[in-house]
Amino acid sequence: MKGLPSALRALLRRDLAIGRRIGGAASLGVIFFLCLVAITPFAVGPDQALLARIGPAILWISALLATLLGLDRLFQADAEDGSLDLFLLSETPLELIVLVKCLAHWLLTGLPLVAASPLFGLMLGLDARALGAVTASLFVGTPALTLIGAIGAALTVSLRRGGLLLAILILPLSIPILIFGVAAAAGAVGFVTPFLILCGLTLVALALAPFAAALALRHGAE
Amino acid sequence: MQIEASALSVERGGRIVFADLGFRLKAGEALLVTGPNGAGKSTLLRALAGLLPLAAGRIEVIPASEARRAELCHYVGHADAIKPSLTAFENLSFLSSLLATSPPRPGAPQVEAALARLGLGAVVDLPAAYLSAGQKRRAALARLVAVFRPIWLLDEPLTALDLASQAIVLEIMAAHLAEGGIIIAATHATLAIAAAELALGRPARAAP
Repeated sequence: MKGLPSALRALLRRDLAIGRRIGGAASLGVIFFLCLVAITPFAVGPDQALLARIGPAILWISALLATLLGLDRLFQADAEDGSLDLFLLSETPLELIVLVKCLAHWLLTGLPLVAASPLFGLMLGLDARALGAVTASLFVGTPALTLIGAIGAALTVSLRRGGLLLAILILPLSIPILIFGVAAAAGAVGFVTPFLILCGLTLVALALAPFAAALALRHGAE
Repeated sequence: MQIEASALSVERGGRIVFADLGFRLKAGEALLVTGPNGAGKSTLLRALAGLLPLAAGRIEVIPASEARRAELCHYVGHADAIKPSLTAFENLSFLSSLLATSPPRPGAPQVEAALARLGLGAVVDLPAAYLSAGQKRRAALARLVAVFRPIWLLDEPLTALDLASQAIVLEIMAAHLAEGGIIIAATHATLAIAAAELALGRPARAAP
């Protein structure tokens, strides 16, 4: 946090404070995650071997959907109350502002999901190796989900009910992350190769998403 | 510092809001933009801040500086940019860090002083959700005091303010002009500062 320019440090502090005080984001995501994981065994039936086999996929789908929750407010709240105008008047590049907002969003929603995933994996009967693999793949993959989501959030910023459109826009883009995340977590083709591809996808998202989202926001502001 | 705008024209949704507008302001001068609702006052201010693209014309700040025009401007629009879950102090200290252009960046003392100047000394630590509309407006205007920027673009700065606060804001505006700042304000009220007037809107139809 020390290395960031003070404007970005202040933004990170602000977004974390708002997230903590409103109290929705972090706990809502984890509870949604818990709901999906908890109802799956009832739907699948009492077959522990099957459950352990599809467990990583269920955890990943749940994490993807939990990340989508509330993502449409990422920039919308700032656009509605005029903060976005002031971001544009700042000397700090909008791309960095987008990046810091994504970081705050991930710390509030992605990180709690990662932290909860070993426990929820246990509920699905995963063994120790799979628990480690799911947690590691979620840790690397959820930032990419947030970053890709930021593009959708920026595109739908001026739409009153952009949530559904947002999901339609970003779900196709998140499919590669889901594929390689589940591949790494399930370990059917080994862990290292899909995990490294997942790392690569996250880095690509990290490099491109702030520019795409900032471009969309600049046009949305007009 | 001077700001010169010539032959400005802005289009919104395929409709020309205004065309061929021009003015020139020197340091210490103010411009009041007046006109009926929908005449394009807010649009003009947003275009001057660089938040809207120009269809035609140019805006020049003299002397030319490395900073973008947006970085020289304070823009106070209809939206207050105040987060209800943060206190007035937290709101302003974030906005000051965001908008400050030159180090040293405003610290806690400047932020508190700015809030006190606007008469918010007693509610500094109250979440902004509990502030009245006028108090929120004052918290938004406090950034004019906390962070120095030479050009102020104010959209209805006195809306929702009580008479005492209006007087304070006018004092702050006069002080800014005395220091060589530039103010462009859109307003329906008459502001008690020396200012040129730019009337927008279609000219009244001549009586038959």
